[in-house]
Amino acid sequence: MAVAAVKEYVGERKDVAANLPPGTQLTYVGWIDHLMFCAPFAFPLPSDMPFGAIVEAVLPEAFGAHPDFAKIDWSTVTWTKGRQPFTPDFSKSLADNGMKHKDSLTFSTPGLTGIKGSHS
Amino acid sequence: MTMTSEPTPAAKKKLGLKERYALMTRGLDWETTYQPMEKVFPYATYEGIKIHDWDAWQDPFRLTMDAYWKYQAEKEQKLYAIMDAFAQNNGHLGLTDARYLNSLKLFLTGVSPLEYMAHRGFAHVGRAMPGVGARVACQMQSLDELRHAQTQIHSMSNYNKLYDGFHSWRHMHDRVWYLSVPKSFFDDAITAGPFEFMIAIGFSFEYVLTNLLFVPFISGAAYNGDMGAMAFGFSAQSDESRHMTLGLEAIKFMLEQDPDNLPIVQRWIDKWFWRGYRVLTLVAMMLDYMLPKKVMSWKEAWEIYAEENGGALFADLARYGIRPPLGWQQACDDKEHLSHQAWSTFYQYQGAAPFHTWVPSPEDMAWEAEKYPNTFDQYYRPRFEYWAEQEAAGTRFNNATLPQLCQVCQIPMLFTEPGDPTRICYRESEYDGETYHTCSDGCQAIFDHEPEKYVQAWLPVHQIYQGHCFGPDADPTSPDFNPLLEVIKWYRMDVGTDNAPYEGSRDQENFQAWKAMQTKN
Repeated sequence: MAVAAVKEYVGERKDVAANLPPGTQLTYVGWIDHLMFCAPFAFPLPSDMPFGAIVEAVLPEAFGAHPDFAKIDWSTVTWTKGRQPFTPDFSKSLADNGMKHKDSLTFSTPGLTGIKGSHS
Repeated sequence: MTMTSEPTPAAKKKLGLKERYALMTRGLDWETTYQPMEKVFPYATYEGIKIHDWDAWQDPFRLTMDAYWKYQAEKEQKLYAIMDAFAQNNGHLGLTDARYLNSLKLFLTGVSPLEYMAHRGFAHVGRAMPGVGARVACQMQSLDELRHAQTQIHSMSNYNKLYDGFHSWRHMHDRVWYLSVPKSFFDDAITAGPFEFMIAIGFSFEYVLTNLLFVPFISGAAYNGDMGAMAFGFSAQSDESRHMTLGLEAIKFMLEQDPDNLPIVQRWIDKWFWRGYRVLTLVAMMLDYMLPKKVMSWKEAWEIYAEENGGALFADLARYGIRPPLGWQQACDDKEHLSHQAWSTFYQYQGAAPFHTWVPSPEDMAWEAEKYPNTFDQYYRPRFEYWAEQEAAGTRFNNATLPQLCQVCQIPMLFTEPGDPTRICYRESEYDGETYHTCSDGCQAIFDHEPEKYVQAWLPVHQIYQGHCFGPDADPTSPDFNPLLEVIKWYRMDVGTDNAPYEGSRDQENFQAWKAMQTKN
């Protein structure tokens, strides 16, 4: 619905991809059952980066402090994008995986349920 | 000389309160002739609220400006006498513990600037109201809010001489990630129309939620030996009851003036209850984790001030067709989780917060478990105990990756699904080809109703990634450029002191040393 206003009201879109360095898009990633990390993370990533680099280069630094992280068997991990099941091709780029600016990913790691099974 | 003159007329009797009130409010108003009234009050109708008779506005306090000044000046004199005595007698050494000061740092950076914004907001809204009764009431509240900002700042300035983290609260308020939460809340309110502002701040915040903000902080001050903060709390109390009355009068007035106002007012109540409730996340963690001597749990505070008092209020408003706000039930359910989720967040982002955090001690965890028998041991204790082990091993958990934020409340997406505390609550909206993320049904509904407003949100995480949060001397091309450190400097936090864990902090060391000097040779 339009904003009630005394004249035409148009807001500046603060978070368009064009405001980031060229070729960058934001990607959000949350780890299911691991709420020791209080919220999903926001990463500015090159759109032409292979998806596999998220797992190899981005997630270890962000999530590596959790004792479960080293136990992850990546072949069993399941992903969602925008709450829908998502099967990324690790060798293809984010763009070629159909990922756009501000997409939200989660990954589940079967058998790992956080500190003492508390989902932390 | 003969006394033939007529008897002198008796001095005219003093005006009665009612008469005086009429003359000093209604009697000061006039109809403009050089300009039509709708040009003098250009914001009076565009929100869709219909007012037919401004004279129906009732002000139960009947306070007039001349009396206001006298009354407030007396109060202020007493307040400053107490604050001076507290400062001169080293009152800070009577605090339960220096950890207490962190709740004041939170208040000073997060709440006092809102008092100032409320001053501006009520001045603006008062000017925009075509009815003089409402205008005078808004003028007084505007002055109250300015006084409250000042007295809070003065009261806390004493601590700035002695403790870290009190120095740049105003600079921080416009920049620091968690302060965008209270800041954006108030910016949203003052950029709304005058009637929405009255429902947002006058009613939803001042009436429905204010006790959940002030009682915890002021009782917390009393329980922890902070005479200064306690004194400003008590001094503000008589003003607060006037503010509550104004908020209630405003909503009843709107609802009585025209039946078309009901759906608009109801939507504002839904929106502003939720927005205010989200800001109170900070109070929840203050009550449960930051007070060394605890007053009550957030859950208990919520039960008394929201469920009981608020429940009675909405039962009363039902005769106008108003129902409780949409997010009410979720807020009641979340009372079991809110403070634990919030404190976990600040603990891990310690490096970016200008106050100290800590793992609750075993005694404090026993208190949490007693107050939260349904949730603490199951969901939160394992996390805190793990962090305590990590601290003992010298590997404190510091989260150095920036979180995803809610587009509306701007809080990291830390809230869990209603009914499932093991899953983060994600909501997505599409607008004009772009995806927007919110933390809850409440925030999503607010976004979806006015997306054009919220696309403008200054989300700290995105702003950092866009390169807007570095000082002029930062050089992103330098090989040893550390972006997060540069952001902290831009926040004007003293790195390693303001943003350090409580254990080993300068506040902790000094407080212990000064206490020892008081009692030992």
